[in-house]
Amino acid sequence: MITKVTHMCVYVLDQDSAYDFYVNKLGFKVHTDVPMGPDARWLTVTPPEQHELELTLFPVREGSMFDAETARTMTDLVKKGTFGAAVFTCHDLMATYQELKGKGVEFKKAPTKEFYGFEASFKDDSGNWFSLAQLTQEQ
Amino acid sequence: MEPEHYPRLYLYRRIVQAKLFIDRHYAENIDLEQIADEAYFSRFHFSRLFKNAYGKTPHHYLTKVRMDNAKQLLTQGIPVAEVSFTIGFDSSTSFATLFKKHFGVSPSGYQARQLKKLTSFAANPLHAVPNCFAETCGWK
Repeated sequence: MITKVTHMCVYVLDQDSAYDFYVNKLGFKVHTDVPMGPDARWLTVTPPEQHELELTLFPVREGSMFDAETARTMTDLVKKGTFGAAVFTCHDLMATYQELKGKGVEFKKAPTKEFYGFEASFKDDSGNWFSLAQLTQEQ
Repeated sequence: MEPEHYPRLYLYRRIVQAKLFIDRHYAENIDLEQIADEAYFSRFHFSRLFKNAYGKTPHHYLTKVRMDNAKQLLTQGIPVAEVSFTIGFDSSTSFATLFKKHFGVSPSGYQARQLKKLTSFAANPLHAVPNCFAETCGWK
């Protein structure tokens, strides 16, 4: 049986900019940052309190992973906010919302009450969106 | 006016400011009582609101920030005593004790493990990457 998720992929348009967003704005920790030859880099970050889950910040660019047309299509889709990448949780949504907004993070949706707690959603620097939730105790 | 009567958003802003203050000044001799005073809270009330927002008391949060930064510095190969001083500890012994309590390994043990890993990655970067990604990306 499958037991855990260790890596998940977030397709980003610029790794340097994504590094700044995830580390300096969201407060994630760099797990691995290794050059893979002159033009590539394996970059993973972890949520501040979940060091065993690595988000791979994977660049959308033409290469072995994407041919030229796919890279163009992916770039357009990421930019226009097609992809919802994950749900993050926090202890207190309003405090986290205030902090991230203060750091310039763009929110798609301000906090609202939901049946499972409270939820907002924000975009990363590429255009990927994430849900940010404060779950009630029972969840 | 009692703090409970302040507008809720105002409370959040003060708590977030206190958290950001710790994020910026963790390496200094931070007086948490002073932060509470500046936020116009009693120390007890400040601590309770902070814990509601971040799941930790201000003191525990400050320790966590210091320990997380210690890990980063140790991974860069900086000597343990220097790391201890850099993150705001007066004594490297108390730093080492607290580090081991947090992570179950001594700072020197953690550093040795991290540097070994980095040496391995430098010798063979593919050791850092799950094989299926390495193959798909054309790295092997």
